[in-house]
Amino acid sequence: MSIDLRSARHGHALAELKSHVSTGNARPVLNEILAALEKLLADGTATTIDLGALPFAAGDERMLDAVLGKGEVAATLELSGRSQVEETGIPGVWRIDHYDPNGETLSRFVEVTFLPEILKSQREDAETGLTRLAARLEELDGQTH
Amino acid sequence: MNNPYFDLLMWARGPGFDIALTILIGGLLLRVVEIVVLSRKKDLAKPKGSPVLQGLKTIFTRSVPRKGLIKEAPVTYIGGYIFHIGFAIAFLFLGAHIALIDDLIGIQWPEANKALIETAAALAVVALIALAWTRITNPVRRALTTFDDWLVWLLSILPLVTGYIAVNRIFGDGTLMMAIHMLSAEALMVAFPFTKLMHAVTFAMARYYNGSIQGRKGAES
Amino acid sequence: MADQPMLPELMKAHGISRRSFLKYCATLTSAMALPPMLAPKIAHALESARRPSVIWLSFQECTGCTESITRSYAPTIEDLIFNAISLDYHHTLQAASGHAAEAARKQAMEANWGEYLVVVDGSIPTKNEGYSCIAGISNVEMLKETAEGAAAIVAVGTCAAYGGIPHADPNPTGAVAVGDIVTDKPIINVPGCPPIPIVMTSVLAHFLTFGLPELDDLGRPKAFYGETIHDRCYRRPFYDKGKFAESFDDEGAKQGWCLYKLGCKGPTTRSVCATVKWNDGTSFPIQSGHPCLGCTEPDFWDNGGFYKPLSTPAGDYRKFAAAAVAGGAALGVAGGAIGRANKARAARAHETVDAHDLEKKS
Repeated sequence: MSIDLRSARHGHALAELKSHVSTGNARPVLNEILAALEKLLADGTATTIDLGALPFAAGDERMLDAVLGKGEVAATLELSGRSQVEETGIPGVWRIDHYDPNGETLSRFVEVTFLPEILKSQREDAETGLTRLAARLEELDGQTH
Repeated sequence: MNNPYFDLLMWARGPGFDIALTILIGGLLLRVVEIVVLSRKKDLAKPKGSPVLQGLKTIFTRSVPRKGLIKEAPVTYIGGYIFHIGFAIAFLFLGAHIALIDDLIGIQWPEANKALIETAAALAVVALIALAWTRITNPVRRALTTFDDWLVWLLSILPLVTGYIAVNRIFGDGTLMMAIHMLSAEALMVAFPFTKLMHAVTFAMARYYNGSIQGRKGAES
Repeated sequence: MADQPMLPELMKAHGISRRSFLKYCATLTSAMALPPMLAPKIAHALESARRPSVIWLSFQECTGCTESITRSYAPTIEDLIFNAISLDYHHTLQAASGHAAEAARKQAMEANWGEYLVVVDGSIPTKNEGYSCIAGISNVEMLKETAEGAAAIVAVGTCAAYGGIPHADPNPTGAVAVGDIVTDKPIINVPGCPPIPIVMTSVLAHFLTFGLPELDDLGRPKAFYGETIHDRCYRRPFYDKGKFAESFDDEGAKQGWCLYKLGCKGPTTRSVCATVKWNDGTSFPIQSGHPCLGCTEPDFWDNGGFYKPLSTPAGDYRKFAAAAVAGGAALGVAGGAIGRANKARAARAHETVDAHDLEKKS
């Protein structure tokens, strides 16, 4: 029992230690976000940064989270696996993380935009929705009569 | 379509290694057997001490420098130690090398971690560079240095450097660097019996010989 | 059929939302190391792309590649892309047979001359063309004929890409790769035994949207064959710590230690197995406890044995070592004998000199 506790504490300490390992890539990404936000405000151009495109260790992740902070919006999307879309504490800067059905990370992005495209209802989906609603109403009418 | 890098690796693991091993073993035996057969005239005098014991002892005691010599030539002695120990650690305790020795003669021992091996290899390289520096700057050592010395220096440093590059993928294709590392080690194997690298075997014979002469005379060596 | 845009209808039919599609496109750009701003362009291109006509030629192969690509457990967008192509000829999957099948191939070629995609799995025998024929047409002939009007060729699997298992020593059929026969068309090699399904569909998606992907020296898309298994292996920390499994059932194997000493070819093998994994991301060979065989590399069958560590000799060195022992010892004895003879001769030729002689001379 005591051994288990010790190894658990050891594991925790190791995880804590690892969470400080950094590649030094967080700072350049933050600068890129700053420039992207200026651009968004200047001419409305949205920017997407692929976090999978450069080495990013737990320490970089910590720094990114610490500087950007938590914002007002958090959405969970169920799209053949979960997707997490969150506005950071810097309005206009969003984090988008895609996972597969097993919970493994597929891709991770920072989007600098007023509203990420993936949050909007898509026209094609709305068309399907219209058909579906019409069918449901027809069904409803069928039941009442 | 072939992968030329892998073909080179397979040559290094196949014919290249066969050739190098044949020359190494053949050459080593040639030189050792030749020395033994040549032998010395039998000393008919009655021994005043123990030649065998003194001989065996000398093999080890001569590894310790004489008093004052470290101060006299610090780079030669300290650098020499660091190189030999570093090279031995890097060679004998890397998992891939143990797998090779296991495949050759069927014995194995625990592996060291990467940090230790790379520290040892890096120190050995630094020591070799320092030793080369004294060969260039010290006029006496420069006068004593021959082509053979530089060849052996190069053959010793190459496996260390290429191994480090291959494992850490500093540059170049990983497969290619692994092949180059093997080829550099094979060059060392080929040169071994015919250069001063042979001291790795003959040092024991020479020291035993010197020690036993002293022992026979009843002296300490 | 070949004129319709391929994806929207199929997505609707399978109940896949456009949001899911956007997620797929974003992940695809990331996987292929493309700039993320291209994701909407990929989405648009995939949605509006016409169904490409695909002619699939199977030569000396085991159908493992077809099995791999058609196996998937959930209706994913990769499946849809694969389903969306107009597969006009594939002798394992098509319903038609005999003359009707060959007629379908000819028809597809004529209708889409210069635009269709040829997918090849299996190697091509050259020693005797009769070793592998389809409908009486030899593999070489069929490949040359079909490749002529192709926009590009995708060589799926290590057999088509590099000769693979049929090419293994002593190569009884004289098997060669697609690239050895066809030299005037772009060829994308997607090696693996078999290749990972998503790699195949991503290459297809890339081809439909941006044309040929960037290829390495061995004709493989760099995005999927840029890094070695070893670079991305979750067991890499054990390699660095010097912790190795020595056999398949020892404590190290149970602890999930590095498989280098069991012959793992991870350090010399380029593929995304360690990150994309197999069977919908379930696992990959090393995670299941088996060393990597190196199946995405040319001649992987002959690369020194699957279970021999990469650092060990691959040749028959024991024979040479034994000969060296005997030869070295014999030469040593001879050398010693010559030395002794020289010494004896020198001793015989030695003139004794005493003090008087020396005095006389000086």
